[in-house]
Amino acid sequence: MTAVVRRIGLGAAGLFLVFGVAQLAMWSSGVNRAIYPLPSTILTTTARMLSDGSFWSSVASTLSVWAQAMAISVAIAVPLGVLLGTLPWAEDAVRPLIEFLRPIPSVVLLPLVLLIVQDNTRTEVVLIVLSAMWPVLINTVYGIREVDPLAKQTLRTFGFGPVAVARRVSLPSAAPFIATGIRIGASSGFITAVAAELIGAGGNGIGSYVVAAQSGTAGIAPVLGVAVWSGLLGLAINAAFAGAERRVLRWHHLLVAAQGGGA
Amino acid sequence: MRRRLAVLAARLAVIVVAVGGWQLGTKAAASPYFLPPWSILKTVYHDWFSGPASHLWLTADATGNLLPSLGRMLGGLLIASLIGIALGVAIGRIPVLAELTEPFVHFCRAIPPPIVVPVFLFIFQIGTPMEVGSIAFGVVWPVLVNTIDGARHIDPGQLETARAFRLGPVQRLWRVILPGAAPKIFAGLRLALAVALILMIVAEFQGSTDGIGREMSIAQTNLDVPTMWAIIVLLGLLGIVLNALFSLGERRVLAWQRGAARTE
Repeated sequence: MTAVVRRIGLGAAGLFLVFGVAQLAMWSSGVNRAIYPLPSTILTTTARMLSDGSFWSSVASTLSVWAQAMAISVAIAVPLGVLLGTLPWAEDAVRPLIEFLRPIPSVVLLPLVLLIVQDNTRTEVVLIVLSAMWPVLINTVYGIREVDPLAKQTLRTFGFGPVAVARRVSLPSAAPFIATGIRIGASSGFITAVAAELIGAGGNGIGSYVVAAQSGTAGIAPVLGVAVWSGLLGLAINAAFAGAERRVLRWHHLLVAAQGGGA
Repeated sequence: MRRRLAVLAARLAVIVVAVGGWQLGTKAAASPYFLPPWSILKTVYHDWFSGPASHLWLTADATGNLLPSLGRMLGGLLIASLIGIALGVAIGRIPVLAELTEPFVHFCRAIPPPIVVPVFLFIFQIGTPMEVGSIAFGVVWPVLVNTIDGARHIDPGQLETARAFRLGPVQRLWRVILPGAAPKIFAGLRLALAVALILMIVAEFQGSTDGIGREMSIAQTNLDVPTMWAIIVLLGLLGIVLNALFSLGERRVLAWQRGAARTE
């Protein structure tokens, strides 16, 4: 318990220290406040955004586009990953194709996709899917390959078909890998969402709010406010994913702990 | 051996089918948006790689846009790695420092990196400092977090041994801590590479007078579909080359480390 208190206390002290040193340094130096706002100015701007309806509707917009795209990514990448994971020769054959497509930063597809689908929101969804599906796909392939062959064989011996084997053995045992893939994909998908909105996917998302704030008269403080809120939001999303992972994969952690304890 | 040949043949077949199908399909459909791969490759060659031999076959377009983009990306990565690794080792090895900085680092890491581009654009105006700064700030966090993790979990036995042999702090850093943390650091750098590419595009798109992102934004204004495709293919090829170079460097560094572990 005291360890937790100590961690929280020191962590908070660290935050205050960073804030205080930055505030003092900025305050005592003669830099242009319009370009370099004081940390306290950023903080009050951030707090004031709490009651800014247009900001929160932009947050809701980005989150909903992102969530849709994540659902599509999972729906495409998990079945594909299961397929490629169970057919090693197929995975071998398509690997160069994947290695070519995967590193392309999907924001660069924006002008082309925008021309083709002629719709800002759908363009954003396509770009997010194209960046989020790769980690899900690759982690699913790895997870399926790690499945205990004996367990699969056992089920087959008892007359279960390939679908039942996948549902009862392969998918549950690959689940921790898939969860990791989804977590990584969600984070890179969110980066892509913001990037796409910034360079002109339009819509009403966080990125568009930043673009509007950029051309406003309030200087850079509102943009920094968005950065602060999106950082907090990112922390909340990470925590939510970690929590969901723990809950869904509770049996897995128990299993690992039991095996570790037995060994 | 036969298995490797079979894999190679299957890979070739997949590429031939994918590229051939794409070629035939786009020829048949004659869509203004989906171009045949052959014409895309011709554009890539014509725009960037048809220059004089004295310029390594790079065209003026390539030296004026491709090289600045690459330079900014590598510059940003270099700055971020130096800062991230130096701070990461310090934070990872000094528990109090880790406790003080943990919430701050995790908060900064959670900020989506593209948001820093407008901030740097505001401070530095259009130009290379803004782009390098955005890339460096955006990618320093994965390097930092991974280095902290790696430096924290150095085998205590190795540190004890180093102390028993009276290695000084500098030697302990070079011979024990950095090699021990290297696998984690490389994992962080790999993440950083991907984010750096995204930030390079966003930064050049938002405010630049040259670079690949700027070319893309001009292509968008002119509805220049061939150039859009050419840039996409170019970035795919670039990704393969960068990943290969990265893996090569990683293997080199980590092979040395594995060798050292084996002789112990």
